Amino acid sequence: MRLKGIVKKEFIHIKRDPLSLAMAFLLPAILLFIYGYAVTFDVENIETVVCDRDKSSLSRELIEGFSKSGYFTIISYTESYNDVDGYIDRGDAKAGIIIPDDFSKTIRKGGLPSVEIIIDGSNSNIATIALGYVSAIEERYTRRLYPLSKEGPLIQVKTRIWYNREMRSRNFIIPGLIAVIMAVIVALLTSLTVSKEWDRGSMEQLLSTPVKPSELVLGKLIPYFIIGFADTVFAVLMSTFLFGVPLKGDPVLLFLLSSIFLFGGLSFGILISIVAKNQTIASQIAMLTTFLPAFLLSGFIFSISNMPKILQIFTLAIPARYFVTILKGIFLKGVTIEDLLWETALLSLYGLIVFFLAVKKLKKWIG
Amino acid sequence: MVDEYAVEIKGLTKKFGDFTAVDRIDLKVRRGEIFGFLGPNGAGKSTTIKMLCGLIMPSSGSGTVGGFDIWTEPEEIKMNIGYMSQRFSLYEELTVMENIDFFSGIYNVPRNKKKQRKAWVLNMAQIEEKKDHPVKTLAGGLKQRLALGCAILHEPPIIFLDEPTSGVDPLSRRNFWRLIEEMAGEGKTVFVTTHYMDEADNCHRLVLIHRGKIIAEGTPSELRSSYMKFDIAELLVDQPFVAMDILRDAGLEASLHGETVHVSLESYESCQDEIGRILKNAGLTIKGIEKVPPSLEDVFVTLVEGRE
Repeated sequence: MRLKGIVKKEFIHIKRDPLSLAMAFLLPAILLFIYGYAVTFDVENIETVVCDRDKSSLSRELIEGFSKSGYFTIISYTESYNDVDGYIDRGDAKAGIIIPDDFSKTIRKGGLPSVEIIIDGSNSNIATIALGYVSAIEERYTRRLYPLSKEGPLIQVKTRIWYNREMRSRNFIIPGLIAVIMAVIVALLTSLTVSKEWDRGSMEQLLSTPVKPSELVLGKLIPYFIIGFADTVFAVLMSTFLFGVPLKGDPVLLFLLSSIFLFGGLSFGILISIVAKNQTIASQIAMLTTFLPAFLLSGFIFSISNMPKILQIFTLAIPARYFVTILKGIFLKGVTIEDLLWETALLSLYGLIVFFLAVKKLKKWIG
Repeated sequence: MVDEYAVEIKGLTKKFGDFTAVDRIDLKVRRGEIFGFLGPNGAGKSTTIKMLCGLIMPSSGSGTVGGFDIWTEPEEIKMNIGYMSQRFSLYEELTVMENIDFFSGIYNVPRNKKKQRKAWVLNMAQIEEKKDHPVKTLAGGLKQRLALGCAILHEPPIIFLDEPTSGVDPLSRRNFWRLIEEMAGEGKTVFVTTHYMDEADNCHRLVLIHRGKIIAEGTPSELRSSYMKFDIAELLVDQPFVAMDILRDAGLEASLHGETVHVSLESYESCQDEIGRILKNAGLTIKGIEKVPPSLEDVFVTLVEGRE
């Protein structure tokens, strides 16, 4: 009875505050949209300037090899070697290809010509990837010119990539991104609920009634759980239909485990809200304590196994860590619950601990 | 066993760090009584009421509310009291009816009584035609009555009102006291704090608190007769502020009462001329002087100044 009353009241609050409601639904979608497009490690369309001194059919064939690969976009042709320098210094081009005037002559003589490739190393990430593409194109070209050569590499390494076969970085970023965004959103959603009651003085009134702390916490949690769940469903739909991330695993399992994560995250927001007693402080704490750990220490981008031991231990206390593993696992590997028992157990434990802490904290204010 | 007292406390103390907000107070409130808890702001009124309602725990002392122990039975106490704070803690964006609905849920008003109780609140607060309006659009007096209605939806036998009339216009204040009297007439105990001394006459019994300590108690007339050894002269002058300062400089106890100045005198008859002379020497003319029965405010001023 009492629980129903609180839930109903919270729903009315949410309904009467269209700005917050819009934020609750639009913010995750906008964040996913922006980050989904911005955070990518694929390097495509590297601006390239070409200085072809040979101007033969063979040299044109080589240039075509670069431009057709899709990784390089030729923005300009130039006659002088120095011009290439200028393009790269100004940042107009990230790569330069310089073909010497004896290129075709050397090939016809049966020798290996040297082609100079300049790559702007100021962004080491792009440079490394571009370098990889260059050697791949080079190799293909050489093999085409000398198909019967015995001097080719004796051992050929064949790499097989599992799970994210297309090697699209978006595929592994987006599931993790959902975890990070939801970690922040749910804590923000509830961080204002109890602090609002303190701010306006209605908390005192509530505490003078026979309402139990657990009823109050649960009553405030339920409406926001529904919103958080809707956000998650929407984010998953966006990932599959807008970003084309394949969902290999069971969606039911995904939403079930998401619910456990939501419960913990929302309880955490309420705990902040009870302790902070002030809306501005509460929302700032919520942002700070969820975004940075979820972004940096969850394994979303930076692999946990590469971190110093102390930091690795610290990540165990970050719920987003388990959620990232769960989402990546279900999305990319299609894993089942058996592979996620550890994450599920710890996430549930976290949720329960935070929920009871919130109830206890509220009891302390009363008692 | 029916307790004679609705509230009974002994040695109740609340400390915030080094500051003692409430200092070993003893109180007994009879059932069906309008009990006034008076004192200036910061005297410890709200702290006491919050301890009785289970909102904060005392530092020491003992007490019962409705026969339930304040230390061990706060849950039982909360089911038997209604509490209304000076902030009229209603939800501003919710409509009148939604607020009533919420509190009837929170107080677990039984289903078969719900409709009748809700109608009772609307009627008591005279707010029926505004029941679908958001609370933030209501005037202070209406908010105050609605807050009271919401706090007593579950028909508690004991009602705590913390500064219920602050920030409300005089007419609403008078109406509100009529409501309090009606409730007491129905046998409910009303424990009310106020710093408006003119309201104190509506109470059956009063306790005056100052700096966390009880300095006087009794019925309004007992307080007037037993604590007031002085006569009160009421002066009508052009510049009451100046007159008050001049009289105080002359060693008299003077205070402002609206447009007039009240002076405590050993005997009105023998000192009347003396006052006239003091003010005339200062260049002020007295437009009127008369002996008045001491108001509770006079009593309070005398008591407090006697302690400082």
